[in-house]
Amino acid sequence: MAVNLRESPSMRIHRFHGGMRLDLRKQAALARPIRACPLPPELAIPLATRGEAPARALVAHGQRVRRGEAIGRAGDAHGTTLHASTSGTVVAVEPRPLADAEVREGLCVVIEPDGADEWLRLPPIADWRAAPRELLLERLRDAGTVGLGGGAFPSAIKLAAAQPTLIVNGAECEPYVACDEALLRERAEEVVAGAALLAHVLGAARTFIAVEDAMPEALAALEIALHDAPFAGAALAAVPTRYPEGGERQLIRALTGREVPSGGLPQDIGIVCHNVATAAAAWRAVARGEALTSRIVTVTGAGVAEPGNFEARIGTSLEWLVAQAGGYTARAARLLAGGPMMGIALPHDGVPVSAATHCVLVLADHDLHDDAPELPCIRCGECARVCPAQLLPQQLLADLCADDLAGAQAHALADCIECGLCAYACPSHIPLLDWYRWGKAELRAQGDARARADAARGRFLARESRLARERAERLQRSAAKRADAAASAQPGAPTSPISKDAVLAAIARARAKKRPPPAGGAPKDGA
Amino acid sequence: MFAALLTTLALGAAFALALRHAERRLRAARRAITVDAIDALLPQTQCGQCGYGGCRPYAEALARGEAELNRCPPGGMAGVRALANLLGREPRPIDPACGREKAPAVALIDEDVCIGCTKCIQACPVDAIVGASKQMHTVVDELCTGCELCVPACPVDCIAMVAAPGAAREQRPARPGSAQGERV
Repeated sequence: MAVNLRESPSMRIHRFHGGMRLDLRKQAALARPIRACPLPPELAIPLATRGEAPARALVAHGQRVRRGEAIGRAGDAHGTTLHASTSGTVVAVEPRPLADAEVREGLCVVIEPDGADEWLRLPPIADWRAAPRELLLERLRDAGTVGLGGGAFPSAIKLAAAQPTLIVNGAECEPYVACDEALLRERAEEVVAGAALLAHVLGAARTFIAVEDAMPEALAALEIALHDAPFAGAALAAVPTRYPEGGERQLIRALTGREVPSGGLPQDIGIVCHNVATAAAAWRAVARGEALTSRIVTVTGAGVAEPGNFEARIGTSLEWLVAQAGGYTARAARLLAGGPMMGIALPHDGVPVSAATHCVLVLADHDLHDDAPELPCIRCGECARVCPAQLLPQQLLADLCADDLAGAQAHALADCIECGLCAYACPSHIPLLDWYRWGKAELRAQGDARARADAARGRFLARESRLARERAERLQRSAAKRADAAASAQPGAPTSPISKDAVLAAIARARAKKRPPPAGGAPKDGA
Repeated sequence: MFAALLTTLALGAAFALALRHAERRLRAARRAITVDAIDALLPQTQCGQCGYGGCRPYAEALARGEAELNRCPPGGMAGVRALANLLGREPRPIDPACGREKAPAVALIDEDVCIGCTKCIQACPVDAIVGASKQMHTVVDELCTGCELCVPACPVDCIAMVAAPGAAREQRPARPGSAQGERV
């Protein structure tokens, strides 16, 4: 069935290296339609994620805000705008715990909803097909449209330069996670309209809308939507269901047969990837003037009573969200933000939903395999066989065990996409992903420390040259004064036995003598 | 038997020549280690804990091969390993005579106690302290390298070292405990 749905039958699907077929377990969340998550008593909207520079709040305590009103700006160069996700009163602007691997807590704007849910929309751009791309890019920036596939990277930046190929990624490959599939089943027309919009902004000649072949309902819905609203260069593609098919680099390989260069970006080979939910959000931002205030979150796992997909406001606490899904079952054992392969285990559920939260997974005790003891590596090579980035996991492990970060860097640790397959495949239960995440964080920290050291060296050298200049100027001044005094002093005129200049000169001489030999320390006199 | 002996000798001589040639070629290819390359690995605190009065002089001493590579506590074990990697020497634990590796810190001036003597401003190697004579001084956190040179310079002991801002906020994953430990 999937084959005849493809627009161009000649299109060849390529295979990426490695990968695995996993037990998908998506049916539990897809059994019910998308439910709107009721307004929680309090929304804590995180202003910065991913360890960026500190964010700036644009609102103060006690201020009334409406849904879609700008409340903060991320402190990074991109300056992503964040918006209130309902109308209400700002009750606090304070650091709160976040569901983020890198940042323990970050600044949040806490809003107490007033229940009216009053919108403050931006003016809709109905005829966006005729609108200049600068206007559309500005709109996406203002509406805070970011990647909803888990990266939360500002979309306008990826769209800034024209590229020939756009890939709209609906290949949601991680087990349990089903928010994109639910979106495609129920709102495929928004995704197709969003894809057309993004292709227009990008000036893309070719647009692939890709889903996995295990999602026939989504594919059928997309086909109908694309039939109703076709646009030039659009093609549907059903890629094989093989984790991590939805990884950006893997999907590009599957659809075009091309490799993104190591350390490079898809833009380097003329391709831009956007998640299907991002496309829908971009369309809403442009055609309806709605800022990003909610997203679809999958709440699933054997640890929740009624798994499902929820349209949740940004800032809703996971505790509230899980309660809407019937609460925890007696067997609930672990809470994850994200899927089972790449998700992050959370110590508690008092963290808010952010644009990057696509799944809340509660595993039951029978899902966990923590008690399997870690054994020494037997060099079976299973990890290298499944690695979709074609790395050498054993060699990376050896480097990291020896604290040889330079070695790990040389073995392209930075190209690890953290898919978790190596650890999943390892018969010795070595937590390979933990090792690589640690190594990547250490390398990042080392890079930061180097940058700080370079800045400090610059300031030190600037100070040294300033001190040397001031010293030279002082000596020059005193020499000039001495010459003046010698010229004005008449022979026989009454002069004091010891002139002030002579004292200064003597002090300078003494200082010069006291100064340590050249190999010694930085001179501390001056200023 | 004589022929066999001769063959072995001839082979040995041929390999010896080849090895000598290779050794010369490879040694020429090896990059000279510059002072700049060493200096780039040092933390630039200019704290002088190494005993050379600053990062550049220490880098020069290392380049001359006169200094041990474990004399930089602010660089920590990561710094020692980076130096060992560059210099082709064995990493060694930080020399306790130089100091201990500490968590990143910045100086904080107790502004109620500060008398505005400018002594700390003169001691700061990176101009991270602002203030003027008889005016209160303060440390610019982002510029402070945590070298501690201002601490002994203060005549009223109003400078304390506190945890660097951001360090507490940041959560770096812990190093996984290892069953792989000895196998590298």
